[in-house]
Amino acid sequence: MNIPSDLKYTRNHEWVRAEADGTITVGITDHAQELLGDLVFVELPDVGVEFSADQEVAVVESVKAASDVYAPLTGSIVEVNPIAVDSPEVVNQDAYAAWLFKMQPVAAADLDALLDATAYQQLVDA
Amino acid sequence: MQKTVLNEDHRRSGARMVDFGGWEMPLHYGSQIEEHHAVRRDAGMFDVSHMCVVDITGLDSAAFLRRLIANNIDRLQVAGKALYSAMLNEAGGVIDDLIVYYLDESNYRLVINAGTAAKDLRWMAGRLADWQLAATITQRREGAGALAMIAVQGPNARQKVWQALPDCRSACESLQPFFAARCGDLFIARTGYTGEDGYEITLPAEQASELWTALADTGVQPCGLGARDTLRLEAGMNLYGQDMDENISPLDAGLAWTVDLVAPRDFVGKAALVTRPQQQQFLGLLLKDRGVLRAHQKVVTSQGAGEITSGSFSPTMQQSIALARLPLAAAIGDTVEVAIRDKLLAARVVKPCFVRKGSILV
Repeated sequence: MNIPSDLKYTRNHEWVRAEADGTITVGITDHAQELLGDLVFVELPDVGVEFSADQEVAVVESVKAASDVYAPLTGSIVEVNPIAVDSPEVVNQDAYAAWLFKMQPVAAADLDALLDATAYQQLVDA
Repeated sequence: MQKTVLNEDHRRSGARMVDFGGWEMPLHYGSQIEEHHAVRRDAGMFDVSHMCVVDITGLDSAAFLRRLIANNIDRLQVAGKALYSAMLNEAGGVIDDLIVYYLDESNYRLVINAGTAAKDLRWMAGRLADWQLAATITQRREGAGALAMIAVQGPNARQKVWQALPDCRSACESLQPFFAARCGDLFIARTGYTGEDGYEITLPAEQASELWTALADTGVQPCGLGARDTLRLEAGMNLYGQDMDENISPLDAGLAWTVDLVAPRDFVGKAALVTRPQQQQFLGLLLKDRGVLRAHQKVVTSQGAGEITSGSFSPTMQQSIALARLPLAAAIGDTVEVAIRDKLLAARVVKPCFVRKGSILV
C-alpha cells in the first residue's frame, strides 16, 4: 500500500498536501483508486466556489461506480487539474501525482485535525 | 462464499475477487478496460463456472420444456442447436433467462444464471411434479459430476481454442453460431455474452484448471466480471436482475424475440402476456455530454418518463452507453435527457446493440 508519509489524509480516502503558499492540494489515495478500478470520468468544481469541510466537491467515476470527493477543510477552490478531467486514467497511474483541486483553507490550523500516514494506514487496515 | 474450481488460478493471476450472488469471482486481474479490449481485439477468457448447467432427461423432456419456457422448444430440431429464452412466472415476469441446448428428444441441457439457480431448480421441480411428466432434472454445478465452464471470446478466440485443444479442432471448427458439439468429456458451444465470436466450453470441474492454463499459454487474456459486464452492455445483451426480473415482462425488456406467442402451445406466463401487451420499449442510450449513465437513473422524454436499467462507460466507444426502458412512443434518433445527480444531460436514443464483432454500430 502506497501511503506517503509527507501527506495528510481524510477518512474519505483523500490525500492533502500543505503548500508553502498556504493552499492545500487534494487528490484521492492510491487505495481509493485501486478500489474504484479504471477511472473514466472526473468532474471538478469551478474555481472560486466555497465549500465547508466534508461537503461534496467533486465526483470520480470508474467503469464500476461513482464516488464523491469531499472538501477536507473549509475553504475556496483556487485551481483544478484539467489533466485529471481530460485523462482520468492518470489517477490510476499515479494517484499522488494526479491531484484534483487546490483550496485556500479558511483556517490553516484545521490541517492538524486530518490523519497522518500512520493513522490512515490503520484506517485502511481496519 | 462459494468458490469455483478455478479460484486458486484467479488468485495466482492477481485477480481482485468480489462477491457476485454468493460466489467469489474475479472482478478484474489488473485493468478491466484492458481486458475488455483484449476480447474486442484478440481473445479473452472468463470463468463462468458459477453459472449452473441443468440436464433435463427422460421421455417427457420436450413436453416439459415446451410448457416451461417462453420460446418454442420445437424450433430445436438439429442436435446441438441452442435456443435463448426466458422462464416466466404465471404473472408473466421473468424468473430467469437461459440457454437450452437440444441433444436429442429425451435429452436437453440448460444453462441458468448463478444467483437464480436455487430458485430456478425449485420452480422447475415444482412444475414437473404439478404436470406429472416423466423427466429428470439434474443440476451439474455441485457434487459428483460437477461441471465447470470457460467462455473464450474474441476475434482470435476460436483459433486459440483449437491450439489449446488440438484433439477437439475437428469437432468444433465446423460449428455454426449457436450450435454445440461434444468432444470427449467437453461440451463446446459457439455461443457467448460479449458480441464477439468464440466458444463456451463446459467440462468436468477437475479438468478446468488444465484448460485454463493451456489457454493462457496460447495468449488468451483472463478477464473478470467487470469486462464481462461492459462487453455484454456494448453488445446490447440483457443482464438478469438488472434489465429484467420477476416483476418485468419480457416484452418490456427487449426479449419479445425470445417469446413465442404464435404457436398454439401453452406455457407458463402466456396468458399474462396476452392480457398485458408491451408497455415500454427497451432501447439504447448514448450520452452526448460527459458523464456516466448508471442503472436506475431517470430518463426524461417528451413522451413521458423512462429508466435506465444498465449503464456504464463503453471502452470501445469511449463514451457512456446504457440500456433503458422508455415510453412506447420514443423513437430511435430522439434526444432525451437523463437525470445525473443535479443535472439533466442529453442522450440519443439508439438501437440497443452498440458494438458487434469489434465494430461500432450506432
